[in-house]
Amino acid sequence: MSPTPSLTRRQFLSVGLTTAGALLVGVDFAGCARNDAPPIASKGDETPFGPNAWIRIARDNSITLLVPSSEMGQGVMTALPMLLAEELDADWSKVQAEFAPAHAAYFNPLMRRQQTGSSTAVRGFWGPLREAGAAVREMLVTAAAKTWSVPLSECTTALGEVIHTPSNRRTRYGELIEAAAKQKIPENAFTKDSSKYRYLGKAIPRLDTPSKVNGGAVFGQDVRLDRMLIAAVARCPEMGGKAKKFNKEAAAKVKGVRNVVEISSGIAVIADHFWAALKGREALAIEWIEGSTAELNSAAIRSQFKSSAKSGKVANKAGNVEDGLRAASKTVEAVYEVPYLAHACMEPMNCVAHVRDSDCDIWVPTQGQTATQRAAAKVLGFKPEQVNVHTTFLGGGFGRRSETDFVVEAVELSKAVGVPVKVMWTREDDIQHDFYRPATYNELTAGISKDGSVVAWIHRIAGPSIISRLYPDGVKDGIDGTSVEIAAQLPYSIPNMHVTYAMVNTAIPVGFWRSVGASQNAFITECFLDEVAHAAQRDPFDLRRSLLKDQPRARAVLELAAEKSQWGSPVPTGIARGIAVAHSFASFVAHVAEVSITEGKVRVHRVVCAVDCGFIVNPGIVAAQMESAVAYALTAALYGEITIENGRVQQSNFNNYPLLRIDEMPNVEVHFVHSDEPPGGVGEPGVPPLAPAVCNAIFALTGKPIRSLPIRL
Amino acid sequence: MIKLTVNNQQRDLDVEPQMPLLWVLRDILGLTGTKYGCGIALCGACTVLVDGVPIRSCTTLVSAVEGKNVTTIEGLSPDNSHVVQQAWIAEDVPQCGFCQSGQILAATALLASTPNPTDEDIDKAMAPILCRCGTYQRIRRAIHRAAGAKT
Ligand code: FES
Ligand code: FES
Repeated sequence: MSPTPSLTRRQFLSVGLTTAGALLVGVDFAGCARNDAPPIASKGDETPFGPNAWIRIARDNSITLLVPSSEMGQGVMTALPMLLAEELDADWSKVQAEFAPAHAAYFNPLMRRQQTGSSTAVRGFWGPLREAGAAVREMLVTAAAKTWSVPLSECTTALGEVIHTPSNRRTRYGELIEAAAKQKIPENAFTKDSSKYRYLGKAIPRLDTPSKVNGGAVFGQDVRLDRMLIAAVARCPEMGGKAKKFNKEAAAKVKGVRNVVEISSGIAVIADHFWAALKGREALAIEWIEGSTAELNSAAIRSQFKSSAKSGKVANKAGNVEDGLRAASKTVEAVYEVPYLAHACMEPMNCVAHVRDSDCDIWVPTQGQTATQRAAAKVLGFKPEQVNVHTTFLGGGFGRRSETDFVVEAVELSKAVGVPVKVMWTREDDIQHDFYRPATYNELTAGISKDGSVVAWIHRIAGPSIISRLYPDGVKDGIDGTSVEIAAQLPYSIPNMHVTYAMVNTAIPVGFWRSVGASQNAFITECFLDEVAHAAQRDPFDLRRSLLKDQPRARAVLELAAEKSQWGSPVPTGIARGIAVAHSFASFVAHVAEVSITEGKVRVHRVVCAVDCGFIVNPGIVAAQMESAVAYALTAALYGEITIENGRVQQSNFNNYPLLRIDEMPNVEVHFVHSDEPPGGVGEPGVPPLAPAVCNAIFALTGKPIRSLPIRL
Repeated sequence: MIKLTVNNQQRDLDVEPQMPLLWVLRDILGLTGTKYGCGIALCGACTVLVDGVPIRSCTTLVSAVEGKNVTTIEGLSPDNSHVVQQAWIAEDVPQCGFCQSGQILAATALLASTPNPTDEDIDKAMAPILCRCGTYQRIRRAIHRAAGAKT
């Protein structure tokens, strides 16, 4: 990922007034490559924001931030407003957040498109959003000083007011709008020293909580429009299959069904309500043309991976592993495997589209506004600007909602029938037509020297690539960087290393899944390291600590997790601890898991989590994300497995793709390593070290390593 | 015509008696706070109260609640003043929020029958309601908080 671009404020800020007198501030972070920042729109209050406005300060003193990122539970709708409010010296009780439309002005500088993923929202906007806040604050202060005819240096700000300190005169931001709009955009407004922060670093309650306890928050599923119809699509259960015959008449006869339409993904039944659409879909009694992937099954895929494992391309190489292994007094070898996984967002996929002759509106819970715009434009032969995207709340995303398959369906359907159409997926549709977390096959070898240190490490990975489908240019020399995340950047000082990746793509579509390659590679490398520690007769914590001598941040979280969990102290009979650490998305997380096994069932009692995510914007939200990561990763470790038979996904709903329930949730304790580094990612980094911490505890309990997931004893 | 009471309002509905209550609430009455998550009584996202008892509206036919009192999340309080909503706000429970209508209604029913629930009571009552975001720890805290506030 590229660093935050530096740019001057003149290039990225623009200011305007609405006819009703609200101050609009446009910010163009991503357009910094262009010098032609678009002019700010200044329409009336009925359209309070222009296409590229970011901030609105209204006469009633309310301050609204248009949040460019999607709110899928990770708290971005609170964290980004906090960045602005801090530097603006705003009154938090007057701060509001709305979702931004799709526009280049809202591109995340780290993603170069409007997309929420890779835990980049705060990282991408940390610099520019605070700088924008500081610049606008300065314009407000200058405006007040001029009005009062006092020196600028005698004025200060607090809680949404400019204060003239000598006379104690005060004026609210809302009263300064016209005057502020006339001020020069400052070249150099200084952001605060962190010791002066009022909001940043505090567990400020989330702005979206009130609407999420009364049913008011609108998710994609909840969008209702005039004349809107609701559709269910029958997609071939076998990958690559197509409909041969179906009973259109029978479906059309179902009460409430309005239309049966063939679209690129299958046969859609459009109705007044979803229940009628579902009944109509059943009545179709489709005969499929199948067989093109009939040979595809989990066992065949596994042997394909296995036979390719040795012919991978080099992802990382250091020293000489042959020499390292020759010098070793002991070698350890193991094969590790992980399965395909579905995302299972609590809200199944859906999208509403309203296509007209020359433009189109889309209401969608998406992580990718730019991708949505492009996908719809492609279907319709439009320019992306002809597609308006209204982002709703997301009932979970986890990477699944960076795809656009559900958008294409809604657009094709609305185009076909000329009214707004909401396409809804059932849970079965959602689990059987996902872009799965890649399954992989891994061969590992390590060499241990006489004195018990690790002198050689070989890791051969074979599995499908996500990037080769989504961004083919991103594959370099046969390496998909996401496939080797963590594995190719082990933090440990091991003199001889060899990591390879063999890309084996199959008909099973794969996609981003919370923490992507790190989700499987931390399990593989951290569990194998415990096998190495066992062979070297070393304590897993001590071995890691010595191997992290050059990695102070990773070492600090490891030590904190060990300290808070009282690593090494006695545990009740039947319980064991396991430890693991991972560096991902610019943050460091270590977990210690306390685990027991009763009647063949794994029970995780407690997880002690230590985090260094750089500067902590909102510790309450970070803690919640760690709890969330533990639940998400534990679900995968205990239960997660998508298997394929005859080209079909065998799982379909929560009975055979179970999720963790409240009675299985461990107590999660979150501890912070405080840091003045810029913020790192938060949504994903808690996931990777959880499965290995749990499995290492099981290894300690049983003496038998867990080498594949989900855990089977 | 099917007669039922939803959030204390009398409704006469011209729907098929076999229509699941979930779709009546969402697609006919526009009460979208009740969510669809699985359709076969496995996730609890569609939980509503029928005469105070939590049920899965996705597998409950509308005819089965004829004449009964249905409470959805919209009926709990118009202004977030219900003790359970207050506890949820105090603990900042929701993440994506999608499961929370079901969680809050299930917790409300639990507290009505068991004013001071133990952790085991909470496990038992809340286990049917899945949360993919893993807000369970905060749900537990919020239920204890609401119980404390009531007494
Ligand atoms: S939608 Fe009813 S239990 Fe899942
Ligand atoms: S808050 Fe997202 S599913 Fe519960």
